[in-house]
Amino acid sequence: MDFFIHPYIPNALILKEMLKEVGIENINDLFNDVPKVNFDLNIPILDEYSIYKEVKSILSKNKVYKKCFMGGGPWFHFVPSIIKYLITRGEFLTSYTPYQPEVSQGVLQALFEFQSMICELYNMEVANASLYDFPTAIGEAILLSSRVTGRRKVIIPSSIPEDRKSVIRNYAINLEIIEVPFLDNGCPDLEYIKKIINKDIAGVYTEIPNFFGVIDFKIKELIEIAHEVEALAIIGADPLLMGIIKPPGDYGADIVVGDGQPLGIPPAMGGNSLGIIACKNDMRIIRQMPGRIVGMTKTIRGERAFTLVLSTREQHIRREKATSNICTNETLLAIAATIYMALLGKEGIKRIAKRIFHNTQYVIKRIKEIGLDTAFKGLHFRDFTIKGINIKKLNKFLKEKEILGGREISENIGLFAVTEIHKKEDIDEFIDLLKEFIRRN
Amino acid sequence: MISLEPLIFELSKKGRIGLYIEDCEIEEIPKEFLREELNLPEVSQIEVVRHFTRLSQMNWGVDTGPYPLGSCTMKYNPRINEELSWMDEIQWIHPLQDIDDIQGILEIMYKLEKMLSSITGMKRFSLQPAAGAHGEFTGCLIIRKYHKDRGEDRDEMIIPDSAHGTNPASAAMAGFKVIEIPTNEEGLVDIEALKSTVGKRTAGMMLTNPNTLGLFERNIKEITEIVHDAGGLMYYDGANLQGILGIARPGDMGFDIVHLNLHKTFSTPHGGGGPGSGPIGVNELLEDYLPVPVVDFDGNKYYLNWNLPKTIGKVRNWYGSIPVLVKAYSYLLSMGSNGLKLSCYASVVNTNYFMKKVSQIRGFTIPFGNAYRKHEVVISAEKLAKETGVTALDIAKALIDKGLHPPTIYFPPIVKEALMFEFTDTETKENIDKYIEALKEISDIAYSNPEILKKCPNKTLIGRVDEVYANHPKTMCLSYKMYLRKIKENI
Ligand SMILES: Cc1ncc(COP(=O)(O)O)c(C=O)c1O
Repeated sequence: MDFFIHPYIPNALILKEMLKEVGIENINDLFNDVPKVNFDLNIPILDEYSIYKEVKSILSKNKVYKKCFMGGGPWFHFVPSIIKYLITRGEFLTSYTPYQPEVSQGVLQALFEFQSMICELYNMEVANASLYDFPTAIGEAILLSSRVTGRRKVIIPSSIPEDRKSVIRNYAINLEIIEVPFLDNGCPDLEYIKKIINKDIAGVYTEIPNFFGVIDFKIKELIEIAHEVEALAIIGADPLLMGIIKPPGDYGADIVVGDGQPLGIPPAMGGNSLGIIACKNDMRIIRQMPGRIVGMTKTIRGERAFTLVLSTREQHIRREKATSNICTNETLLAIAATIYMALLGKEGIKRIAKRIFHNTQYVIKRIKEIGLDTAFKGLHFRDFTIKGINIKKLNKFLKEKEILGGREISENIGLFAVTEIHKKEDIDEFIDLLKEFIRRN
Repeated sequence: MISLEPLIFELSKKGRIGLYIEDCEIEEIPKEFLREELNLPEVSQIEVVRHFTRLSQMNWGVDTGPYPLGSCTMKYNPRINEELSWMDEIQWIHPLQDIDDIQGILEIMYKLEKMLSSITGMKRFSLQPAAGAHGEFTGCLIIRKYHKDRGEDRDEMIIPDSAHGTNPASAAMAGFKVIEIPTNEEGLVDIEALKSTVGKRTAGMMLTNPNTLGLFERNIKEITEIVHDAGGLMYYDGANLQGILGIARPGDMGFDIVHLNLHKTFSTPHGGGGPGSGPIGVNELLEDYLPVPVVDFDGNKYYLNWNLPKTIGKVRNWYGSIPVLVKAYSYLLSMGSNGLKLSCYASVVNTNYFMKKVSQIRGFTIPFGNAYRKHEVVISAEKLAKETGVTALDIAKALIDKGLHPPTIYFPPIVKEALMFEFTDTETKENIDKYIEALKEISDIAYSNPEILKKCPNKTLIGRVDEVYANHPKTMCLSYKMYLRKIKENI
């Protein structure tokens, strides 16, 4: 193959000269140790305009819904335009893990701010710089509880969806997982937990809101039950819900995990994920935390600075004894979430949470008015179920109206959601369509 | 303490907000559960923009200058790829939309998979894993299940001492005992040691090739044979695929499982540490073990296939780092078969050119002999450190003062005072020459006035960071909340 001019490869036409300086004539001499096999990749080379056209034309086959009522995540929240503008700045976008703090203060400080805001939201004291996504964060939290306690059994609610459980099972592959049945509000049965819990249990995990959208007001009791046997209490908490209700940290949660996608990150077919993990100020737990953690420090000249800390927990130093294998994480999306939380701030997070809660109460009230009901009792936040209608058929009907319907929980139960982007008119339209659907079927 | 840019918390003023949101009243939540305290910053929109713009200016990226981090393949990240990945047809798609609604992205995933298969010589890929290490973990789960399904009790994973830390960490997470084998004097897997290590307990071996020294394991066929004969599987850590891209394929070498780092070899940006994407490919033997769903085509439509009889299940939510996949696909089209090969050639020539020049500088040696490297080279500053006291860390900081981002340092662990350079295909000869010049100057200073180098960097916005202070339990500060408490307690 001849060397040819290419915009991404500046040395393409001087490679021969450079080879001479190495002392060889033929490029193949650099590959003498590589077994020769012939293969043809058959990938065409396109100019930039053609790539643009090609990819755009393929992607035009994707349908973008103007209105979405799909529950269970990822959610369609509003994403302020500033986020894309800031996170695609080349200095953030094209940097790597900040191993050289003197030239990486930007990412380091942004991550320190991310950790700090996550701690404020959940009232915890330590957070890491991100994990892959929510299910893997739950998995890591469970492993963390096992390392801290030296125990090998964990309790999780049976209400969480099968795909999330599958990830958890894979992470906790060497542990025993016990599932707790749920009550009519979809929350774990605490009496059941009390009966089965003992000193073999490393951690007890639950979620607010639960998968069906119901806010669990028994977090405090659950944490107490876990602490009675010195197990760790792990709470999966929606970050936006924290704008209106007391955070798990107020009740003594040991570890909090969360799905960061609602914090200013577009859903991208579930492909933009951000796993959150935080813990309380307990060196036993902090020393076992997975992933990167940024700390504030000073320079030898006395300036404030930020750097990666506690790296002796991590794979590049501790290898098979590391607290996790994670290396590349979700930094850029953590920065997106930081910018989002900065924009909203104290008042904005409260307002957005109130707006979502308000919309949820409104949609449920209307659902009841037309003779339908949620499948679970209790106060809902964003997500809610509708029972008693065929969800597949309903979704098909909604699709004709350019609306993305709900997630099928069973044939006649669907999981839906409203966020702050839904106006009263949108919800009323949704209800009218439900009415029409019922009338027709 | 002096600070370049205050924390966003320190910019806060009561009554400011960065986004207009109409307030509303809610009443249903019992008072005892209502949130009161919430110490998030209150800042206006322009303050947010300025703050994060200034932070970005305090950060090095490929867009700012050369970034020769060994093992990380810090290529140029073409903007067209970025732009395409930000289309609404990617960003505003829900994973549970009907198959008819997502034919576009499924087609890209399908075609990307085909390309990755032909590049690696593997049968099928899962695009699900979120990063390289996540791919390794997925691969290890597959290896575990494969043996289990065959009723075999194999719990040992063989990993060379030169391997990346994620390899042993991933194997351990999947429940394997890690058996480390030594590197021989040529910098390659010690075949005799391998032979005496494999056995009935061997589940598999994890290997990167070219290895972390930049050397191609030329006995690769023999290695895979030894492991296969013992009943183990071969795992390929594709972080270093750049070194043989378009020239050779792990599938042809006998590997059973491969992960790729799209954020390395396939030019997607590292984003300060993520998101990445670590697709894993397998051969016929393991096809049915892949995480679900995979993307299939029925001749008419693309669809998500959940029906893999032996699947390990799922390793993350949904289907993969979708925007990253689009970027990699677009990159592949911009290179074509020949461009990929050219990219490999350029990175390998760059590396050997650099190695040749550096080997002539006093204090630096090339451990494990002068055999040609592939896409990266590890230089040892052990001699310099012994003779002058100037360490790899000091050299890194001195390079920063010369406007050059340092290489990876102290990796791989088998090389003392390691400086691991990877000039990717997208770096210019002029910049490589700058590094050579800079290393010469640093060596000269080290032998004449080493003390100067201990204080580097001096030309950066901040001085050398105090890592001991950062990690000491008394002074460690991991959040703003901790910071406020420490101020109160006067630490
Ligand atoms: C050789 C090698 N293997 C594996 C990895 C892990 O990849 P990731 O950071 O994407 O998890 C890296 C990345 O640094 C690497 O260099």
